[in-house]
Amino acid sequence: MTAIAQRLRRIDTNLLQLALLTLLIFGGMAALNPERFLRPYVFESITFVAPELGLLAIAMMVAMLTGGIDLSVIGIANLSCILAGLFFHAVGAPRGPELANLSWPLVTAGIGLALGTGLLAGAINGLLITRLRVTPILATIGTGQVFTGICLVLTGGPAVVGFPKRWGLIGNGTAFGIAVPLIVFLAVAALVWFMLARTAFGINLALIGTNARAAAFAGLRTGRTVFLSYVLTGGLASIAGILLSGRTNAAKSDYGVSYLLQAVLIAVLAGTNPAGGRASVPGIVLALAALMLLSSGLQIMRFSNFLVDLIWGGFLLLSIALAAWRNRTR
Amino acid sequence: MSGIANAFRRHPELMVAAVLVLTVVTIGLVNPVFWQPSNLFSLLRASVVTGILGLAVLLVMLSGGIDVSFPAFAIAAMYLTVKAMIAWGFDSILPAFAMATGIGLLLGLVNAVFVHYLRMIPLIVTLGTGTAVRGFILGVVGTSQINIDQMPPKLIDFARTQLFSVTQADGSQAGLSAMVLVYAVVALLIHLLLRHTMLGRGIYALGGGEEAARRVGFNIRQTTFLIYGLAGAIAGFAGLLHGAMIWTANPRDMVGLELDVIAAVVLGGASIFGGRGTVIGTILGGLTLVVITNSLIILGIDTTWQRVVVGLIVIAATAATAWRDRKRIA
Repeated sequence: MTAIAQRLRRIDTNLLQLALLTLLIFGGMAALNPERFLRPYVFESITFVAPELGLLAIAMMVAMLTGGIDLSVIGIANLSCILAGLFFHAVGAPRGPELANLSWPLVTAGIGLALGTGLLAGAINGLLITRLRVTPILATIGTGQVFTGICLVLTGGPAVVGFPKRWGLIGNGTAFGIAVPLIVFLAVAALVWFMLARTAFGINLALIGTNARAAAFAGLRTGRTVFLSYVLTGGLASIAGILLSGRTNAAKSDYGVSYLLQAVLIAVLAGTNPAGGRASVPGIVLALAALMLLSSGLQIMRFSNFLVDLIWGGFLLLSIALAAWRNRTR
Repeated sequence: MSGIANAFRRHPELMVAAVLVLTVVTIGLVNPVFWQPSNLFSLLRASVVTGILGLAVLLVMLSGGIDVSFPAFAIAAMYLTVKAMIAWGFDSILPAFAMATGIGLLLGLVNAVFVHYLRMIPLIVTLGTGTAVRGFILGVVGTSQINIDQMPPKLIDFARTQLFSVTQADGSQAGLSAMVLVYAVVALLIHLLLRHTMLGRGIYALGGGEEAARRVGFNIRQTTFLIYGLAGAIAGFAGLLHGAMIWTANPRDMVGLELDVIAAVVLGGASIFGGRGTVIGTILGGLTLVVITNSLIILGIDTTWQRVVVGLIVIAATAATAWRDRKRIA
């Protein structure tokens, strides 16, 4: 018995707490309304909706790892898929079978365009933060406005409706009985986990986040590494945008605005230290699962969206209190 | 030449003033309609609420933090106060503003508790409290807008007071709202607090460095509670003023306003690294932002560009501030 306890203690206590929280929420929701909550449909729909939010949370986590933050992720996600949508409308037709049946090469080109937009947007953030030394909060508030503003200028306000069928597969399709977005999310999460935990790039990021000055004196190329982390953040945000537009078959300048708080919430709940130095991809996956279970449970109980916002905000404050309590000895 | 550079360095407000003059002259040259008293007065009127909220953000930024919860606090104070005025049938100005200010103060103190005792980054705390408060108002208190026919008449009469009015070239009357005077009084009080009291010195000191401020003998807890409490109180006051000035109490109002206000404050020369920024600079920054965003139409620019313009202002202003402070950071 003690051997098991010791082995458990060696695993991150934070992950254990998160797993416990997930189980608690699951148990609570199942107890409150067993017939409606414990149905395969509920969990299936989570596997389609959660990935885009999870990717944004990972993007936020990468930015937080160096003590920064990226408030422009929603703007990047929307700009990426709006540009892809306008590209499809330009090479196909605004509506009809021609657009719906666009060939794989063109759809791939659209994916490339969206990803490229994300990487470029991230690079702009990175340049502002590392070259011009603008603080990440203000730099990304500013660029977020510009990206969202460009979306508005391009679309004039209304949504870009209608994406090719093959693009929709990314957001709506299933492969081997599993939602494609979930596969995309898990693959990307595994890749980011590997980059952060097993490569020099990831270790350097954590070191810079722990103490930027010490890292610079130790000879790390802090500027370049931080720059690359924002490029990564931008790329992740654009993948989230691809999933979102694939699922909803539309792209709009103000989609996913409430995702910003939720992404921060998941990142903080996952044990990311917003002051830098600590991040955990498995934590993100668990925190995401906990929150998605909570939100589906609340939806089943017909809570209004506003009340859900109240609960999200309260949850964020609660997780802050929890983190403070956890670190009280330091 | 170096004399001018020195003057700019010693008085950063001069830089903002120069930008404002340049903007005004340019817009005036492009479209002389700008110079009509009615336009100038309406610009001044429009800068009142943004400006007062800017003073709240200035307090927080001086201490090295950032606040994104104030629009939610302002709306909460405004909506609750107007609802209470209607429900309890009181219709006098002073108790109403006292109530709104008090609600804002209480909410601000919640921020202070999280920032001081739980040691969390202000951005994340205020993101949480802002979302929770807005969710509470819309989810629990109500979503319906209170229109002019139900608004307390004395409140509207107060906000309609004019300092003086002039007759324009076409014979119409243009009056300057007395709310400009309210703004001036609030600004003067904050200026006196910051420049001539030990509490104000403490705010600057905290922004310069917490440990240093502590060792000099400033009470960090008292200062933090003063900053966030006062910022909340100002936001509550500004919220009710906003409702009175637009003759409606809309609980969905002011969404996204934090970005404009933060833009105004950084344009005014405040640095997010804390310790730098003045009331005069913030007032000028607020005026500049209002002049630019409200003049897009008379400049013949489509209003969809507004967010791009605000974003570019944030980026340019923060880059300029970072460049000014570059020696301090390095």
